[in-house]
Amino acid sequence: MTTHNAALPLRIVHLYPEQMNIYGDTGNVLTMVRRAQWHGYDPEVVVHRPGVAFPEDVDLIVGGGGQDSGQGLVADDLLALGDHIHGLADDGVAMLMVCGLYQLFGNFFETVTGERLDGIGIFDVATYGGPKRLVGNVRANTQFGEVFGYENHSGLTMLGEGQRPFGEIAMGSGNNGRDRTEGAIYNNVYGTYLHGSVLPKNPRFADALIEAAAVRRYGAFAPAQIDDQLAERARSRARQLGV
Amino acid sequence: MLSHRSAVRIGLLVRRLAQLRGSGTALPGLVVERLDPGFLAAALAGLPEGVVVITGTNGKTTTTKMVVELLRATGLKVFSNRSGSNFTRGIIAGMLGELDEHGKLNADIAVLELDEAHAIHFIREVPPRYSLLLNITRDQLDRFGEVDYTARLLEKVARATQVGVVLNRDDPLVSRIGEALPAVVERRYFGSGSSVQHLFPDDGHLYGAGPDPSLATVEPDNDADVVLTGLGGKSATYSFEGAVQPPVDLAIDGVHNALNGAAALSIVRMVLRDRASGDVLLKALGSVGPAFGRGESIDVDGSPLEIVLVKNPSGFRLSLRSYAENDAATMIAINDRYADGRDTSWLWDVDFSSLSDVAVVSGTRADDMALRLHYDNIEVAHVEGALPAALDRFLAIEGPKRIYCTYTAMMAIRSVLASKFDLAGIQ
Repeated sequence: MTTHNAALPLRIVHLYPEQMNIYGDTGNVLTMVRRAQWHGYDPEVVVHRPGVAFPEDVDLIVGGGGQDSGQGLVADDLLALGDHIHGLADDGVAMLMVCGLYQLFGNFFETVTGERLDGIGIFDVATYGGPKRLVGNVRANTQFGEVFGYENHSGLTMLGEGQRPFGEIAMGSGNNGRDRTEGAIYNNVYGTYLHGSVLPKNPRFADALIEAAAVRRYGAFAPAQIDDQLAERARSRARQLGV
Repeated sequence: MLSHRSAVRIGLLVRRLAQLRGSGTALPGLVVERLDPGFLAAALAGLPEGVVVITGTNGKTTTTKMVVELLRATGLKVFSNRSGSNFTRGIIAGMLGELDEHGKLNADIAVLELDEAHAIHFIREVPPRYSLLLNITRDQLDRFGEVDYTARLLEKVARATQVGVVLNRDDPLVSRIGEALPAVVERRYFGSGSSVQHLFPDDGHLYGAGPDPSLATVEPDNDADVVLTGLGGKSATYSFEGAVQPPVDLAIDGVHNALNGAAALSIVRMVLRDRASGDVLLKALGSVGPAFGRGESIDVDGSPLEIVLVKNPSGFRLSLRSYAENDAATMIAINDRYADGRDTSWLWDVDFSSLSDVAVVSGTRADDMALRLHYDNIEVAHVEGALPAALDRFLAIEGPKRIYCTYTAMMAIRSVLASKFDLAGIQ
C-alpha cells in the first residue's frame, strides 16, 4: 500500500456514540478509520455528545441507530445543530447516517401514537411508526453496485417528491417495504437503513465517502490498492445465503 | 380432559419412543402440555419452597447451576430445567422423570432458567415466589427489536413475583426495575464493589465511549445484599451480612462468573433467610463447575481445549477479557441460525484487539468474522466455513486451544468432539 497521502489528516466525527450505536454502527466508524489509514491518510475520530460544542474542521460525519429512547435524548441537540449541519452538507462534507439518525436527518418522525419528533430536514423524507418491525438481510442496487446489509426498523420512511433514494431494493424492505426505495442522498450525505455494519462489506461505498472527504479538503484523492478479498468473500457468502 | 396421571403416563411413553428414535427432548413435554394444559401449574403448585425464576441476557445457565448447587448444599431437593430447554414444554419434559405417583414434582423447590421472552408465558401460568434479574444487554435484536423492550419483559417478571426479587445493582436498566416495584415485594441487589467495577463495562462503554450518563440512576455504593469486592485470578471475595467474607477459589473461569456468584448468593440468601450459613454457601460456590458448553475444558491429547459460548457483544468482550492474552491458539465459529441470532452486526461491537492472531475462523458467517478481524488488523490463518474441516485443522495445532463459538456452532462442535474424545457432561 502506498503512503503518499501520509500526514494528511482527516477528521471523522462520530455522532452520539452512547445513544445511537445499537446495531454495530461503530463498525462504520472503524471502517472509515482503517480504510483512510490504508489509503495513507491520518484519520482522527472526534466524538460529539449532546450539549457540547460541535467539532471544527470536520471532514466526515458518521451516525447510527438507537433505541427510540436514545432518539429522544439526542433530538434536541441535533435540532440545535440543524443549521450548522445544513451548511456542512451544502459545502460537500461526507456523511453517513444509519437508521435512527437517518430518520432524524429527515423532516420528522411520527410515532404510531401520533407523537412527532422533528428532524433537521437534510433529506426530504418523513418517517411514520409502523405496526411491525422490518427485519432481515437486505440487498440494494446503488451507484456503488450491490450493497449488502441487515435492517431492523419499525419506522416507515417516505421520500418527498424529487428526493433521490440511495438505492433500489433487490431484497428486503428498505425505506418502507412498498416502493422498493432504500435510503436517501443529498450531496455527499447518505441516509440508509442498512447496518450490518454497512461499510466493511461494501468497500466501494466506504471509499466513496473517503474520496468525497479527501477531494473537498485536499482537492484530490489518490486511492491505494486495498486487498478486499475478505469483503468480496463476505459479499458472495451473503449472496449465497439468499440475500 | 385427561387426568394429570394419564397425561404423565402418555408423556413418559412418548419420551421412551423419542429416546428410541434419538429425537428431540421437548416433544414429550409438548404432548403433555396439549393433553393437560394445567399440568405445569399443578405440578409446580405444591412445592414447599416455591419456584425461583432466573432470567436476563447473559449468564442464566451458569447462575442457575450455581443457585441449584448452593440450595442442594443446604439439603434441599431441587428441580431445575436443563440448559436450552427453557420453553414451558422443555420444562415439562424435564419433569416427567421426577414426578411422584400423584403427578407431583418430587422436590422442595424449582429453580428455572427462563429466556426473557418465554418467561412471560411461564409467569402467566406459574407466578414465581422469587426471581433473579441478571442483566439486559443487546442480544438478538432481530428477535426483540429493542433493549427497552427486553427491559419491559423483565419488569413483567418482577411484577409477577410474589415474595422477593433480586436485581443487578450495576445494570441501570435492571436496577431501575427495582425502583418501580410495589413496596410489598422485597427487593435485594447484588453488585460489584468499586475496586472491581472497571472489569464489567456495560453496553455504554463500547470502544471507550463511556457510560451513558442518562442511565446512571443508582449510586454505586447503594446498599446491596451481596457485593463482589475483590477478584484475583480465580479467587473471588464477597461481602454480605455487613462483612467481607473469606475468599473463595472458583472452579469456573471468567470475571462475569464471579459476579454471577454474587447474584446466586443473594437469591439463595433470600430464599433460605436465616437457614443460610455463609460458610456452607461459599464452600458450595467454590465447587460449582462450568455449565454445559460454558467455558468447559476438554483434554485433547494432553492439551486443554476450552469451549467458550459467545452470544452478544458484552458477553464476547467479557470472555476475551477473562483470558490472558495469547495463552492459547484461538478459533472462532460464528453461526447465524435462529438460536444464534440471524443478525451478525453485533460482531462489530466487540473489540478483538486483545487477540494477536486467530488460527481458524469457521461457521456459516466465517467470512463476516474474518472481515471483522481484518478491520482490527488481526491475522487470520484459515477461513473454513465447514465446522468439521475447521476443527480438524485447529486440533492439529499443538498446545492449549480455545474456541469461541455461538450456540449452534457449539452444539455442532461438541458433537464432532464427542465422537473423538471423552467429553465430560455430554449425553
